[in-house]
Amino acid sequence: MRTLGHPFRDVAIVGVYNTKQARVLEGHDSQSIALEAALGAIADAGLEPRDIDGVVGGIASNFLYQSRIGPAWRSMSPLGIPAVIEGAMAIACGLANNVLIATGEAGSYRQHASTAPWTRPTNEFVAAYGMFTAAEFALMARRHMHMYGTTPESMAHVAATIRNNGHVNPDAVYFGRGPFTAADVLESRMVADPFHLLDCAMTSEGGTALVLTRADRTEDTAKTPVYLLGGGTDHYGPSYQHPPVWDLGGVRRPDLIAGHVGRRAAEEAFAVAGLGPSDVDVCEFYDPFSFELIRQFEAFGFCAEGEGGDYVMSGVIEPGGRHPITTDGGTMSFSHGGASVQLFQRVIRGVQQLRGECSSAQVLTAEVAMCTGGGSGALFTDVLLLGKERP
Amino acid sequence: MSLLLPQSGDIPLPQPGPISEPYWQGCREGVLRFQRCLDCSAPTHTPALMCAVCASRSLVWVDSSGKGEIYSWTRVWRPVTPDFVTPYVPVIVAMEEGWFILSNLVGCEDDAVAIGLGVEVVFHSSGGADDIVLPYFQLVS
Repeated sequence: MRTLGHPFRDVAIVGVYNTKQARVLEGHDSQSIALEAALGAIADAGLEPRDIDGVVGGIASNFLYQSRIGPAWRSMSPLGIPAVIEGAMAIACGLANNVLIATGEAGSYRQHASTAPWTRPTNEFVAAYGMFTAAEFALMARRHMHMYGTTPESMAHVAATIRNNGHVNPDAVYFGRGPFTAADVLESRMVADPFHLLDCAMTSEGGTALVLTRADRTEDTAKTPVYLLGGGTDHYGPSYQHPPVWDLGGVRRPDLIAGHVGRRAAEEAFAVAGLGPSDVDVCEFYDPFSFELIRQFEAFGFCAEGEGGDYVMSGVIEPGGRHPITTDGGTMSFSHGGASVQLFQRVIRGVQQLRGECSSAQVLTAEVAMCTGGGSGALFTDVLLLGKERP
Repeated sequence: MSLLLPQSGDIPLPQPGPISEPYWQGCREGVLRFQRCLDCSAPTHTPALMCAVCASRSLVWVDSSGKGEIYSWTRVWRPVTPDFVTPYVPVIVAMEEGWFILSNLVGCEDDAVAIGLGVEVVFHSSGGADDIVLPYFQLVS
């Protein structure tokens, strides 16, 4: 179908940065922590703020003004991988040379009597029924259990694996909280059946940023460039406004149901990259709830439909396994900084893995990382394949 | 175990819009309504402007039997806000006419829920100024 060269051949990721992540970041608001992240990523790239001529994310306008880098290209796209792809497209299209993508959140959720505001958007067909993210995703997981016999034990194994990655990561909010066994997860209090507390993401505060540049300029940057091998996004509509039906289909491809959301994006990303699941060395999969890892392995073609539970129990997802998952501890243990911060952090970690600079759970021979965002309960999944070799 | 009841606290209530008002008016009248396409007969919910299958604009409101079966469920112990009494049991119901609705199960013990069980709609007035009546579902005996 594509007759031109690789769409992201002329783009490289050259800067990544996470600020300190914590349950509460005293003295910060969302703009200040995002600005700190932005400056950190620019420094990591070996650049100066004045080198940036394109900005993506909720911080975009503020950063443009504060650093006086205008006039510059701007997008307000806030949602993780789609924002990275948009920034890459801006460079590939010649609209910018160095694109900063930054976001942060602090101070927006400190009273925990209710679930976090981003988990419960107002909608007339769900709000009165007490819906929030855990319940939405649970309705998807329950259907999978019914169809395939997927067990709470396999979900708990996923959660324990990710939480143990955070336990040994000095930068994780829950560093040193473990180690965890699947039994620990199953013994934690129930939040939304089948999800126990430890099957679920936490909430925290933090900032994160990355810098994209023209691939022909990477000699001027400080770190080993990382390339976008392929990417895509699958969305079925607004999150948390309609029943999260596993079998929800579309008119163009009735075989692609919401339960497999992300399959089309993965197929396209793999096709562009000329790769397949067996080529992926690091699975930086988004982990809002334990079941979503099982679902992603099925959706992306690592295993057959219904076999995700057995697959995650087969020794592949742990450090040292063929497809280690969510190596910094993810949203369960590393950080879940709000509505958008954590949606970028799988990409940040994927870059760190390919650079070989992770202080914990470093995959020694990582050549290809698969980073994801979203999930079935939210009716979207985004995919990004990263590599060390320029496509 | 605890008996599941409609929520009676200060929960967030729907604010009907021009597209959804017929749905909520039906609830006030004790009738669960959905939209059906006059061109291809496909059912649609939540309230829409066009048929999800054939894109026709010829949607009409029709009365549902109010019966269906549980398609998926969860049991919530950590309430979305403190105004919700736990446990409560969100369900997706596959309606007889071939559409899906999200609601809560009431009228039974919380551990009686299972996929495939027959359910029927039951209405509960919120008692608020907007006269909102919410559809819940109970097991068919």
